[in-house]
Amino acid sequence: MASRRDFIRISGLGLGGVVLGSNAAYQAFSQTFLNNDRLDLGSLRRTPTYCEVCFWKCAGWVYKNDQGQIQKIIGNDDDLHCNGRLCPRGTGGVGMYYDTDRLKKPLLRVGERGQQTFKEVSWDEALQYIADKMQAIAKEHGPECVALFNHGSGGAYFSRLLKAFGSPNITAPSYAQCRGPREVAFLATFGEGVESPERTDIRDTRCLVLIGSHIGENMHNGQVQEMSDAIDKGASIITVDPRFSTAASKSKFWLPIKPATDLALLLAWIHVIIEEGWYDKAYVEKYTYGFEQLREHVKTMTPEWAHGITTIEPAVIRETAREMANASPAVIIHPGRHVTWYGDDSQRLRAVAILNAILGSWGRRGGFYRPAEKKLPSYPFPPYPKPTRTWQDAYPGLFPLAGLALASGICDATIPAHGRSCSFKAWIVLGTNLIETLPNQANTIQAIQNLDLLVAIDTMPMEITGWADVVLPECTYLERYDSIRENPHRKGQLALRMPAMEPQYDSKPAYWMARELAIKLNLAAWFPFEKMEDELDWQLKQVGLSLAEMQKEGIKTFEREYDDLYFAPDEEIEFPTNTGKIELYSTEFENAGFDPIPKYTPHPEPPEGYYRLNYGRGPAHTFSRTANNPNLTDLMDENMLWVNPRVAREWGLSNEQPVWLRNQDGATSRFPIKVRITERIRWDSVYMVHGFGHEDKRLTRCFGKGASDSKLITRVHVDPVMGGTGMRGNFVTFLTSEPKAEEVQR
Amino acid sequence: MREELIISGRNNYLIDPVLHIWHWQIPLYLFLGGLAAGVLFFAALFKILGKENEYPSAVKIAPMIVPFLLILGLFALFLDLKHKLYFWRLYTTIKLQSPMSWGAWTLMAVTPLSFIWAALHVKEVFPKWKWPHKMFDDLESILKKYILEIAWFILVFSVILGVYTGILFSAFNARPLWNTSILGPLFLASGLSTGAAAIMLLSKSETERKRFAKIDLMLIAVELFLIVHMFMGFLASTQVQIDAASLFLGGEYTAPFWIFVVGFGLVIPAILEILELRKYHIPVYISGSLVLFGGIMLRFIIANAGQASRWLY
Amino acid sequence: MRYAMAVDTKKCVGCSDCVVACQTENNVPIGFCRDWVVEVTDGTYPQLEIEIRSERCNHCNNSPCVRCCPTGASHYSDGGIVLVNSEKCIGCGACIASCPYDARYSHPDGYVDKCTFCIHRVKKGQDPACVAVCPTKCMYFGDLDDPKSPVSVVLKKRKYKTLIPEAGTQPELYFLI
Repeated sequence: MASRRDFIRISGLGLGGVVLGSNAAYQAFSQTFLNNDRLDLGSLRRTPTYCEVCFWKCAGWVYKNDQGQIQKIIGNDDDLHCNGRLCPRGTGGVGMYYDTDRLKKPLLRVGERGQQTFKEVSWDEALQYIADKMQAIAKEHGPECVALFNHGSGGAYFSRLLKAFGSPNITAPSYAQCRGPREVAFLATFGEGVESPERTDIRDTRCLVLIGSHIGENMHNGQVQEMSDAIDKGASIITVDPRFSTAASKSKFWLPIKPATDLALLLAWIHVIIEEGWYDKAYVEKYTYGFEQLREHVKTMTPEWAHGITTIEPAVIRETAREMANASPAVIIHPGRHVTWYGDDSQRLRAVAILNAILGSWGRRGGFYRPAEKKLPSYPFPPYPKPTRTWQDAYPGLFPLAGLALASGICDATIPAHGRSCSFKAWIVLGTNLIETLPNQANTIQAIQNLDLLVAIDTMPMEITGWADVVLPECTYLERYDSIRENPHRKGQLALRMPAMEPQYDSKPAYWMARELAIKLNLAAWFPFEKMEDELDWQLKQVGLSLAEMQKEGIKTFEREYDDLYFAPDEEIEFPTNTGKIELYSTEFENAGFDPIPKYTPHPEPPEGYYRLNYGRGPAHTFSRTANNPNLTDLMDENMLWVNPRVAREWGLSNEQPVWLRNQDGATSRFPIKVRITERIRWDSVYMVHGFGHEDKRLTRCFGKGASDSKLITRVHVDPVMGGTGMRGNFVTFLTSEPKAEEVQR
Repeated sequence: MREELIISGRNNYLIDPVLHIWHWQIPLYLFLGGLAAGVLFFAALFKILGKENEYPSAVKIAPMIVPFLLILGLFALFLDLKHKLYFWRLYTTIKLQSPMSWGAWTLMAVTPLSFIWAALHVKEVFPKWKWPHKMFDDLESILKKYILEIAWFILVFSVILGVYTGILFSAFNARPLWNTSILGPLFLASGLSTGAAAIMLLSKSETERKRFAKIDLMLIAVELFLIVHMFMGFLASTQVQIDAASLFLGGEYTAPFWIFVVGFGLVIPAILEILELRKYHIPVYISGSLVLFGGIMLRFIIANAGQASRWLY
Repeated sequence: MRYAMAVDTKKCVGCSDCVVACQTENNVPIGFCRDWVVEVTDGTYPQLEIEIRSERCNHCNNSPCVRCCPTGASHYSDGGIVLVNSEKCIGCGACIASCPYDARYSHPDGYVDKCTFCIHRVKKGQDPACVAVCPTKCMYFGDLDDPKSPVSVVLKKRKYKTLIPEAGTQPELYFLI
């Protein structure tokens, strides 16, 4: 990022610079990987795909030029996820294919774990090594001691492999490190989760409330599009964020809340809406359970009470509550996506759900719609063997409402502990860079050191592949078939991903890897089709479609059978909760021993000289996985540390000055991050975009660029309800000179 | 606080973070062009005034170097072109509004004229000179008849060339520092001054040297007047031009400009020349070299600072 | 015919998709760009406002780049679109120096390159790649002489500004404010 105002100041090219010609630099710049022929769109060939750069999975078309190279990827007009418009990452997905730093050959570790010494081996040797290890572990410890961490389409085949092998321990960090609490809270309240893409009817809303959710900086494509539509239609946006996010700048109300106090604000809003009688009385009466308990519970939680906690003026709390009520039921208090913040996240999201419920937005136009989905039948595989143990056995009585396996839970259960019968012995990690994804890196590495086998499957060398025993190079989504996309939306849709190019180097699709491994493990019965496309064709034929048809159209849309996108007036609804009602008072939470109605509890505050570490998303990147993509590094190649000018003055920091960070536990960043002095951040916090500060030298474009927030997240507040890892309780201070190597623990 | 950022990672080579499309080639080209214009101007002028014997260095000796200066300048320009093989496109069109086009065509006229002038005087400077073919001798004797007419052409084109070196910059509205019509006369004066200095350096005659010291002194006075005038104009203008001027008035070009251009390039040689005229014996090559140095610095600094000067929006 | 573009600073989130889409559509080499995004923040916490602008060549009616080009490589094409003919461009850089928006860059192959309003798409009735891809639909393109074109319609109902009108370039890139 370059400041224009600084242009004059930093010119500094003096006379020396003038005299020194820079032909060499010019030559360096002229090395481009895209050819330079003029375009002729007529001759471009297109193949359908759905995007894998993030998990919104927009469907699109891959266009090739005359030389048969990928020219561009554009959205599929019929796709409800993207409406023909991909986000920058989807458009820049080309760079995933062209990245020359990709993993190219199967690798087998030869030196010590984590030393990154590998030898290239054949696929057969790599897979045989894995199969032998897995069998040995199954024999000695049981197949349940093999776990799969996945985040990506290829996970489906390895899940199948693992279930056939006898392990139920399949996890994705997208649950306990991201959206788990909101699913638990909404399930407890409405009996249904929020899903992905979120069932928020932002397009038609009249009031959108964002709490710590920065739509626009997180490029969840459909939501960004719908928020823009809502702005066009004059919807008011209320943003609650200690940082002046992009969304805040588009908002009618920005509530610059003191960090970690959101629950107090939510309860005060509920208080105002109930006390003023602004709630949807008919809806509450007909559909909800526990309203009186709720009214009683929030009686004392006045805006004045919340003001003392949140620093938000009582008048503003009332005014914004009025704004929501005026829009009701076309109002969305957005559940957010990455919501694992302070350890009471399920409760905070319960408050969000309750607020939506009393405003009658669930199941209403402009609130939350009822998603539809079209599912393809699965091939009749033989039944999976019954596992005798699950990851949850490691946590007797804990996290009773965890609906999915916890990535952090499996990680922790890998470290042998007193009294635990079994620890995990093998990890298969597909498409997720656990080192940067899980909090507390030292803990993750300790777990890894206890493994007998770590297999990393990825397209790029990542920190996790550096720790692996076996590295399997997956081809990118542009070079493979994958399962048909079946995500729920306003209408059911099926979308096809097919290869636009042959896999580069010696990379392979995950389906092929899983099947070859299955054959070596005598589990071939679960992979009867040699080629993915034959399985897809079989599945599609069951619903009267075919692969050939999908290859031509990319997407199939299925109209809803009934006009039930929203609740009909006075519709009788049996909600899938214990009471059959929307539970303002959660019997499920009560039965599990948790507060049935959320209570505000204060969270630790940063000590003198420390600042709360906030992190978030930049629109050009997905987690840490895109940091080396040539097209996307071109947009953003490092993160910067947002610092309030007051703080900068106090510390004598200047713009673009490199600093290192240290948290309250002494965890220190390895690489410097440049300071961005900006009014957009509160004086008690700093902010950075997640996903930078890569430590793997094989990532030539992003190695050492910016800082890793994950490295500074060691203080984790675990949600007792479902095991989410609250990561916003870390406080950092500035180091203006480089810390010694030994201070930067790995 | 106002914060203005390019958030899409723009970093176009030679453009960002600060414009640097023109390196040493263009200022060198402009300096050599100005110097050539200055020498030719005085050669033509004193020829027309009929004082070629009084000022042999101006009329005959100094012009010998002009073809080389121009060729060198054109070569520098050629080096600056980034799409070199297409340079001939300059001569497939005449674009009156484009100073580059203007300059290309002016050089197209001046360069052959400078060759002719040098050729017509080569035998006087190098008595042993022999043309390789009789044809040249014939041509020489024909052209000799029109030498006054040629001198008039050279006089006019040298002024155009001298002004052009400044106009090239001043035509750019996008660069507030350059966007002043003073640059034309300033660069002309500077070109004439460097021309006079070159003649001084090459002259063996005391009278000629004194004469050109006086001329140079006058030109230096004109330059100083134009520089003051330029800054007055900037400071009385819009914010962008005030910002442009501030590059030299406290900004980062302050020291190089006031020390190298005004100090070493104008004031000190002026003092030395005054002393010389007052009969102090000061080696002529000191003031002459300083003037040339000042001339080259002026082009480099204006070229460089101009690219740092921009509109803010 | 007078092609123009309007960018809604109230909807743009600065995702820079326009930049990537332009690069892949037009073979703009990595490390260079024909369009870019500027974010301006004003105020003091918590009284703040942000303007986000997707910028590119302004396709000025009074283009300094066309004026100063010595070979005629920079020229006005259909509907006032300012183009560079790479076969005529000598790479002298005069147009780059003349543009107050710094909208041009020196292509590694030598010639000067810039936004073309995706004239190859426009001729087929498509929007420029940046407009077509924008997730917020914050960009409007069309013919100002056609009162029904999206850009004419939006400029009629919204307040707008152009960049440095005082430079006298008469830009055709409008920013809705």
